[in-house]
Amino acid sequence: MYHYTDFDHAFLKERNAQFRAQVERRIDGSLKEDEFKPLRLMNGLYLQLHAYMLRVAIPYGTLNAAQMRKLADIAEKFDKGYGHFTTRQNIQYNWPELRDVPDMLDELAKVNLHAIQTSGNTIRNVTADHFAGAAADEVADPRPVAELIRQWSTDHPEFQFLPRKFKVAVSGSQNDRAVIKTHDIGLQIVENKGEIGYKVIVGGGLGRTPMIGKVLHDFLPQKDLLPYLEAIVSVYNLLGRRDNKYKARIKITVHENGIDDIRQRVNARFAQIRPTFTGVDQQMLARIEADFAAPPFRPADEAPYQNAYQHDPLFRSWADTNLSAHRAPGYAIVSISLKAHGKTPGDATARQMRLMAALAERYGHDELRISHEQNVILPHVHKADLPSIYAALKAEGLGTANIGLISDIIACPGMDYCALATARSIPIAQDIATRFDELKLEHDVGPLKIKISGCINACGHHHVGHIGILGLDRAGVENYQITLGGDGTQDAAIGERAGPGFSADEIIPAVERLVLAYLDLRAEPSETFLQTYRRLGLHPFKAALYPETRADAA
Amino acid sequence: MPKPFTPKVITANALLEGDVIYLTATGWTRDLAQADVLTDEADADLRLIEASAQTDHVVGVYLADVTVKNGIPHPAHFREDFRARGPSNYPHGKQEHI
Repeated sequence: MYHYTDFDHAFLKERNAQFRAQVERRIDGSLKEDEFKPLRLMNGLYLQLHAYMLRVAIPYGTLNAAQMRKLADIAEKFDKGYGHFTTRQNIQYNWPELRDVPDMLDELAKVNLHAIQTSGNTIRNVTADHFAGAAADEVADPRPVAELIRQWSTDHPEFQFLPRKFKVAVSGSQNDRAVIKTHDIGLQIVENKGEIGYKVIVGGGLGRTPMIGKVLHDFLPQKDLLPYLEAIVSVYNLLGRRDNKYKARIKITVHENGIDDIRQRVNARFAQIRPTFTGVDQQMLARIEADFAAPPFRPADEAPYQNAYQHDPLFRSWADTNLSAHRAPGYAIVSISLKAHGKTPGDATARQMRLMAALAERYGHDELRISHEQNVILPHVHKADLPSIYAALKAEGLGTANIGLISDIIACPGMDYCALATARSIPIAQDIATRFDELKLEHDVGPLKIKISGCINACGHHHVGHIGILGLDRAGVENYQITLGGDGTQDAAIGERAGPGFSADEIIPAVERLVLAYLDLRAEPSETFLQTYRRLGLHPFKAALYPETRADAA
Repeated sequence: MPKPFTPKVITANALLEGDVIYLTATGWTRDLAQADVLTDEADADLRLIEASAQTDHVVGVYLADVTVKNGIPHPAHFREDFRARGPSNYPHGKQEHI
């Protein structure tokens, strides 16, 4: 866990004092909305459909128990008793009042949290693999690098008014759990002959023009990381299209100019600025790395786990879906599902947050993670403690055994909250989860990622869902388009549009037809939905989605 | 031929609470049923300019279509329906007080 220095504390305090004064000046009328809006956005404050929304960064998704408790306290004191974890490892409060926001930020600062650059045309919260530091398949923990980038990008004077927002994700593993190929910059830590470096991917993105990122550099030496990133953002800052909001992201810059041209420009800029980096950044990185040293893993008898696994079918089901392989013997990574059937994806009550904090403190080396899939992770848990953890989670509605299954749905807030949305997402997610729970099919169906966005901006990552759902407004009625075959992993792919959209009433039966068709089509039970789709293509799924069209054609 | 003018209300968000408000003959209300229904285009444009000038109290002023039943305005579009009620996943927002 990164420890704030005196500089960090002083910076945050000053920044919060500035924003407090800006809010006061807005309320007393000295600032008009046009003047205030960019200032509030720099500090994560949006005005949404029904209220203000404060987006708080959870850098690289890492929290300790004290921070999680503070998020719970804020939810109770200033909001309606819950928070919404987002697809970029942030938490959003949906109901703050303007006067309270400076107090909320001061409370957050007490536990080293902030909302800086969670909005606006800046470098946003740096995200990372939520299994960082724990995964068995990891080359290195991506969080020290993510923290270094956070510090470099925060208030970076050159990059406060970029053509558009800019998102960076870091993974330390070949297995991509951080969707790095759909970020403006995706970094993968790689090892070459014992030396650590980075594969640099640029120009990925979702939204109205989805693109898979392209490799800009195969192996960037560790010491060159910051000057190279600065060169990329600097090239984009000059070259990016400021004439058209929809063409302003770096994915379009890369697409229009070509990756080779961009590489040439980045190399030229890099040659210019490299000498100005004196190596202080590497000293800082070394200090940050020390903060992220692995906790002291303990040896213990796994018998309580084996015993519960053999005798408690509910525990077994949960263990089969919600645990992942840990690097340390006897340990497991626990994914806590915030997707109880029928509930809002990503929402946690203050009470649930406090329980997760308590479990992290008691069993999990004081560490929690937020995943971009809107779940909470206990990254370091000894298997001996799993039965106790499961019992505690279950009692608070957090014991759902559905990680990676059809009801583990990503959904953006959609038109229930978001001012940009064109349709609702949450009720669709709730209804799909409820329906498949009734059918008792989801464990049989196996790994299947449904991702729902309530508008073309794709916060719900629908393009990379195995089944993607996009909510649109068609002539004043909510309408849902399905895409198939998307993938957000190292084999990233953009889903194919299946055909005409469905009304809110039709979309749940349509998804059901798709999934039942998959059960018929799969070669064997171990062939996943995505594998079946890749083997057979769109056609048989399209036939299941639009049976009446097939009948008409016959 | 220009499209006939359909009934509208003026709506915005309150500066302090951020919640949805509607213009009445005398000020602002939090309840769509109390809103002033504008049926004349020139009048609506003028009222919009006046309302937009009240930047010390309100944010994001615009005209929203309504349908009028028994003299009471109802949202014409589902977005305005959500704004007038609140989210569908919790009983929060305006629906708490209905």
